[in-house]
Amino acid sequence: MAFLEVRDIVKSFGGLRALQDVSLSVEKGEIRAIIGPNGAGKSTLFNVMTGLLSPDSGEVRFDGERISGIPPHRVIRKGIGRSFQITNIFPRMSVFENVQVALFSHHRENRSALTLARNFREVTDEVLAVLGLVGLADKFDSSASVLSHGDQKRLEIAITLACRPRLLMLDEPTAGMSRFESRETIALLQKISREQGLTLVFTEHDMDIVFGISEKITVLQQGMVIADGEPAEIKANPEVRKAYLGEEIAE
Amino acid sequence: MAVAFNLLLGTTGLLSFGQAAFFGVGAYTVGLLLTKTGTGTMPALGLSLLTSAVAASVIGFFCVRLTGVHFAMLTLAFGQLIFAIAFKWYGFTGGDNGIQGIPVREIPLAGLGLLDIGSTKSMYYFVLVVAGLAVAFLRRVRSSPFGATLKAIRENGQRASYLGINVMLYQWTAFVIAGTFTGLAGGLFALMEKSISPEIIHWTKSADPVLMTIIGGIYTFVGPAVGAVVLIVLNSYIVAWTEYWALVLGMVLLLLVLLLPGGVIGFVNEKARDYLTRSGWIRRWLFSKSATS
Repeated sequence: MAFLEVRDIVKSFGGLRALQDVSLSVEKGEIRAIIGPNGAGKSTLFNVMTGLLSPDSGEVRFDGERISGIPPHRVIRKGIGRSFQITNIFPRMSVFENVQVALFSHHRENRSALTLARNFREVTDEVLAVLGLVGLADKFDSSASVLSHGDQKRLEIAITLACRPRLLMLDEPTAGMSRFESRETIALLQKISREQGLTLVFTEHDMDIVFGISEKITVLQQGMVIADGEPAEIKANPEVRKAYLGEEIAE
Repeated sequence: MAVAFNLLLGTTGLLSFGQAAFFGVGAYTVGLLLTKTGTGTMPALGLSLLTSAVAASVIGFFCVRLTGVHFAMLTLAFGQLIFAIAFKWYGFTGGDNGIQGIPVREIPLAGLGLLDIGSTKSMYYFVLVVAGLAVAFLRRVRSSPFGATLKAIRENGQRASYLGINVMLYQWTAFVIAGTFTGLAGGLFALMEKSISPEIIHWTKSADPVLMTIIGGIYTFVGPAVGAVVLIVLNSYIVAWTEYWALVLGMVLLLLVLLLPGGVIGFVNEKARDYLTRSGWIRRWLFSKSATS
């Protein structure tokens, strides 16, 4: 069985079928993009895969274990990290504290109530290491809310990485970034996933990025998978071309 | 009490309107034990921690399932339930007469004789020490990994759950801790006043810590304590000065909230931030590492 297995997921909101029999499988170490026009169901799929939503039917399995229908905090503990389309950080905490709290959770030290946080020396070292990895080490004591948009996105990646995931799920990691910032971020993600052998599943609007880094692509349209395969196959697929009529994929 | 309350509101971001209930549970525990049984002062205070902890765990169990206004309303409802018990159950709680003449027994100190806290002055120091210890304890909790986790939940509950944090469990724990220490405050109050009445449990009393916290500064630790002092001082001075005290107090509060949205301490902190960076210890830590390596 594949590392991540999504099988026949159906999810409706009222009368709207957001996902219809969605299946896909991702191998360990793979970089997979999930693309589709706005409203195709990408974020819904992400939410189902990480426990925020329960599917009406179908199931998600990660490393052989069923993870659909269990709450997010338990999904995360199985080794999945997720970032969000709209930047999702702890605004009134410092950059350092943002990553620190993630590590406390990862090491299950967030239960200790009587030892001062600063006495966890290993955690302090680890936080600084993670911040160094994403290039935020020199900004550790600024408040997360005053960072530039690109830095906030990077901070969110740092928070996500701090929990040592085996599978990284990124919902539009470069949304709202300048071209320069997105390139940097993508290079960073590629580097990290290669170094740590991570499996990467992401959604993205920028087709240069999608075709530049992904090994396989799944295309969603109106809640259904209309194509699934390697970048070259996807580029040549007439249905995909139709869905993206006139967009840069037709280059 | 306000400091304990702020663990909920300021640190965890939960607004509870039922805090007076735990204050009452603590006060009645001490009052009833001392008048109806021969329990010593310290065991009675200890038991007040226990009873309010139990009350808070049961009430918290239901309340943390809700968010925002719904959470506040449910705490209010539970608070009034406890008020009703104290108010109506004459046989046990004395109904609206409350409990009068609570005897304050001397505290045996191991090998050092008895500590008499009967006089106003010695009582004052006793309360000061116990409250000081409680505040020190809460301060430590706030600076722990557990406290950091609560803060993260306040800032962004969804993100916190995506770090593998069981948000509800932590909110419940914070609720129980806050309730327990509010109970302790109630117990101390019973000792100090030597009489209690159901009024102290009424929901309008629950607004006091909310006001204290907002005046003092919601995101700071000492804020609520400063707010408590400000509120009590304002209250007594304005009452002495005019019969329209509620009006004047209201206006002062309005001005405080409008002009100092971060509270008195929030304001002071803002001014001090340029001189003292809170993360100074990380710098020192880095420095000490580079110095040794």
